[in-house]
Amino acid sequence: MAVPGNYYFAIVGHHDNPMFEMEFAPANKEPKKEDHRHLNQFIAHAALDLVDESMWTTTNMYLRLVDKFNEWFVSAFVTAGRVRLICLHDVKNDDGIKNFFMEMYETYIKHSMNPFYEPNTPIKSPAFEKKALFYGRKYLTG
Amino acid sequence: MSSGKQRASILDKSLSKGKTEVSLTAYTLLFSEMVQYSHNRITSVNELHNKLSELGERVGVRMVELLFVRERNYKRETKLLNILMFVKGTLWKSLFGKEADKLDRATDDERIYYLIEKEPLVNKFISVPRDKSSINCSAFIAGIIESVLVSTGFPAKVTALWHKGTTFMIKFDDAVLTRDKQLEGR
Repeated sequence: MAVPGNYYFAIVGHHDNPMFEMEFAPANKEPKKEDHRHLNQFIAHAALDLVDESMWTTTNMYLRLVDKFNEWFVSAFVTAGRVRLICLHDVKNDDGIKNFFMEMYETYIKHSMNPFYEPNTPIKSPAFEKKALFYGRKYLTG
Repeated sequence: MSSGKQRASILDKSLSKGKTEVSLTAYTLLFSEMVQYSHNRITSVNELHNKLSELGERVGVRMVELLFVRERNYKRETKLLNILMFVKGTLWKSLFGKEADKLDRATDDERIYYLIEKEPLVNKFISVPRDKSSINCSAFIAGIIESVLVSTGFPAKVTALWHKGTTFMIKFDDAVLTRDKQLEGR
């Protein structure tokens, strides 16, 4: 049972470009003020340097907590092809986040098998978004 | 509205291996078309190699992710030698059903490695005309190797040469060597 928290998930490509972004909020919360959204991008981008440093110190894909900003924790997951999955969260939920990362990684691989999908470009598939929503509800917001 | 999707979306299929074998003749037909397609659109030998390399690149980026999930159980590689062993063993096995013949390091330049394959599968049914004897369609495989190395974080240039069968000359960027030495020093 996860403590309800807010999550911001992003898939970042090789050129620090966001390929996919999604926010998860607990079901009962009202939509918050608009100006938090670009702050999330900023925090995620700032954490990329730390991800790049720690990705060479371990062969694990899940890098756990890499950064902290005010009340936001940043967890990261680096794939074999150096695609970075970043998750901002305000509650600790290591297991849930790890499972969510693994599932999103597999979904990403399946999506990239499409020969019309150019790697390092934004992911616009509605099916992909549905999967992300589904796994987010399952592992993150409960 | 229709009664729902009849076909399973690509995202619902499982990632596990399934059938690992593909008919050789079907593959050869496809590859010969790829070579002819590239051949009709180029004016020099180097361009043919480049076009085949690009085609191989698209294969390589997808193979990397798949193989690390299926064969290496979600463990990445951070060291130079390990990634070369991955290319020689796991990658070659999944593409051609056997390991690459030999992996050597150049004596004069520590950035260069040679991956030797006596009879690459892609060249099996290809005859090279005498006037263009430098054409080596293993440029396709060179493209696969290069994109595997680049996407795992070891930027390199890979060229296919006619030497002891086919030799892939892998030349790493300086940054890769420096970083590798740093990591070993830790």
